[in-house]
Amino acid sequence: MIRARGLAKRFGAKRVLAPLDLDVAEGDFVVVTGPNGSGKTTLLRVLAGLVAPTGGEFELGVDRSELGLLAHEPLVYRELTALENLELFGRLYRVPERRERIGMLLERYGLWDVRQERAASFSRGMAQRLALCRALLHEPRLLLLDEPFNALDAEGVELLQRELGTLRAERTLVVATHDPERLGPLATGRLALA
Amino acid sequence: MTGLVADSAALARKDLLLELRARETLPAMLLFVVTALVVFHFALPADVSDRAAGGLLWVAILFTALLGLTRAFVAEREQGLLDALVLTPCDRAAIWIGKALAVLAFLVAAEAVALPAYSLFFTDLGAAAIAGVALADLGICAVGTLVAAMAVAGRARELLLPLLFLPLAIPIVVGGVGATVGDDPAQSLAFLALYDAIFAILCFASFEYVVTE
Amino acid sequence: MLSCAAAVLVLLGLGLALLWAPEDADQGISQKIFYVHVPVALTAYACFGWAAWKALRLLWTGDERYDLESYTAVHMGTIFGVLTLVTGSIWAKVSWGVWWSWSERQLVLFLILFLFYSAYFMLRYSLDPGPRRQRSSAVYALFGVVLIPISFLAIRLAEGLIHPVVFTREGPQMSNSMFAAFCVCLAGMLALAAALYRVELTGKRIDERIRDLRELLAREPARQPVLTEVRS
Repeated sequence: MIRARGLAKRFGAKRVLAPLDLDVAEGDFVVVTGPNGSGKTTLLRVLAGLVAPTGGEFELGVDRSELGLLAHEPLVYRELTALENLELFGRLYRVPERRERIGMLLERYGLWDVRQERAASFSRGMAQRLALCRALLHEPRLLLLDEPFNALDAEGVELLQRELGTLRAERTLVVATHDPERLGPLATGRLALA
Repeated sequence: MTGLVADSAALARKDLLLELRARETLPAMLLFVVTALVVFHFALPADVSDRAAGGLLWVAILFTALLGLTRAFVAEREQGLLDALVLTPCDRAAIWIGKALAVLAFLVAAEAVALPAYSLFFTDLGAAAIAGVALADLGICAVGTLVAAMAVAGRARELLLPLLFLPLAIPIVVGGVGATVGDDPAQSLAFLALYDAIFAILCFASFEYVVTE
Repeated sequence: MLSCAAAVLVLLGLGLALLWAPEDADQGISQKIFYVHVPVALTAYACFGWAAWKALRLLWTGDERYDLESYTAVHMGTIFGVLTLVTGSIWAKVSWGVWWSWSERQLVLFLILFLFYSAYFMLRYSLDPGPRRQRSSAVYALFGVVLIPISFLAIRLAEGLIHPVVFTREGPQMSNSMFAAFCVCLAGMLALAAALYRVELTGKRIDERIRDLRELLAREPARQPVLTEVRS
């Protein structure tokens, strides 16, 4: 699904991602570890196609409609309600049976009661849960999660840990984290950035 | 093709909804354009013709548009949302069309106040002038939105946008003023239509390169 | 090689223009500025066109090399554009006694282009180096080349409707010898632009290479991250 050779990224003179090789097959669960500043976020952004690598090459076996990204920021419109946000992205991702899917996700992640509230009124944890809904809306085959436990509240952490088991079975996951123990024994591969 | 239309509509609707909630940009544009017209009254010497005032209308429109354009990508910039939009499978041009339509809506709303105000303060505007404003709006929003997307990625974005936009807007001003006070408005309107067509195509084709890597 | 050719051509051209070509019947000696002003203007157009071509190549192929080439061409075009404005202004002063005339179409066009391409540099300074900057610059360079004919039309429109034409100048009725001198000057200017372009581009590429090497030497090569399988 992902094949990278010598993938590297430099911002001007600063090397952010050292050349690396990567092979991710469908169904894998890859954990990317490394201290802050080691390039985890950059790697995920390169894989998502948001940032062009400055060196090496990589092939992505999925197109944009099958890719989901959970980034550091929730990437939702703060002045729209949770429902409106998911409606918008649901349209853009051409999600079939949009209403049902949105309703199901909001319930699953405990946001159904606040669905008519603006995202600006959410706590950081709730916003991140909304972001997770956005990332899962179109049932992506490949899911990229950037430090997903960071912004979550206790309830969210519990939810996510439960979810990861299900997600792991259904999709290919690449998760960046500086705390790999949280993910338990689920990983099939580990990539340690310097 | 229908995907493009649907996506553009969804994105335009999103921007209109955001403005309806925030109510920041449009009131500012309305107030600005009327204030500018009043300033122009005081800036023009007494014996100056209607034609000079006609020219200044276009200055007012242009700078009001700049006000709207500066705010155009604010949400996307502050919350990193351009990434989220670029990640979706929608055509990048839909992002441009949607945003340009929203800016157009604000500009037209501002003009709905500005043009009557102009008629009140200065002189009446003919049909050709109104047509000129309509055509010019299309060009302003098309080019302005693309240039705003360029500027938003860098530092000093509020300063950069007028610098990038104004040279491109000079032909629009020429066409607009020609339609307002010129002897042959038809020629000016034809020119505006040409400008719109050429730059709309150019923007449509190149927007993707401005927002992706 | 190219610089020598440029130097020779420019000097030859100027010599021909000043000494050999006959004086223009109407304008006298002041018309001689035409031999510099028009080739410089045409060279500026050529540079902007070259920049747009390289920009198009960048967007088409994604090859980074074209970014510096496009940027250098815009730089050259801007320099020759400023020269056009200066020589045009001098010519206006000599012909009509004013440093600026709105009815002089070339001058007005170059003023607009100067503003436009100055904004190009502001755009580049405002963005960090990378694909985003390269692509935005390329798109802007393409817009520039489209702006040239559109602005020209606009200026003509403006003249007719708003700004009465005060001064006119007949396009030179050129005799053969004048034309020959003009062509040599034009060739000289183009060669000069090409030589300067070559020099600047080489300089920029060397700068880039030095930066890369410096960075390579400064850091230890990082341990290549390796994907390890996890035995469950």
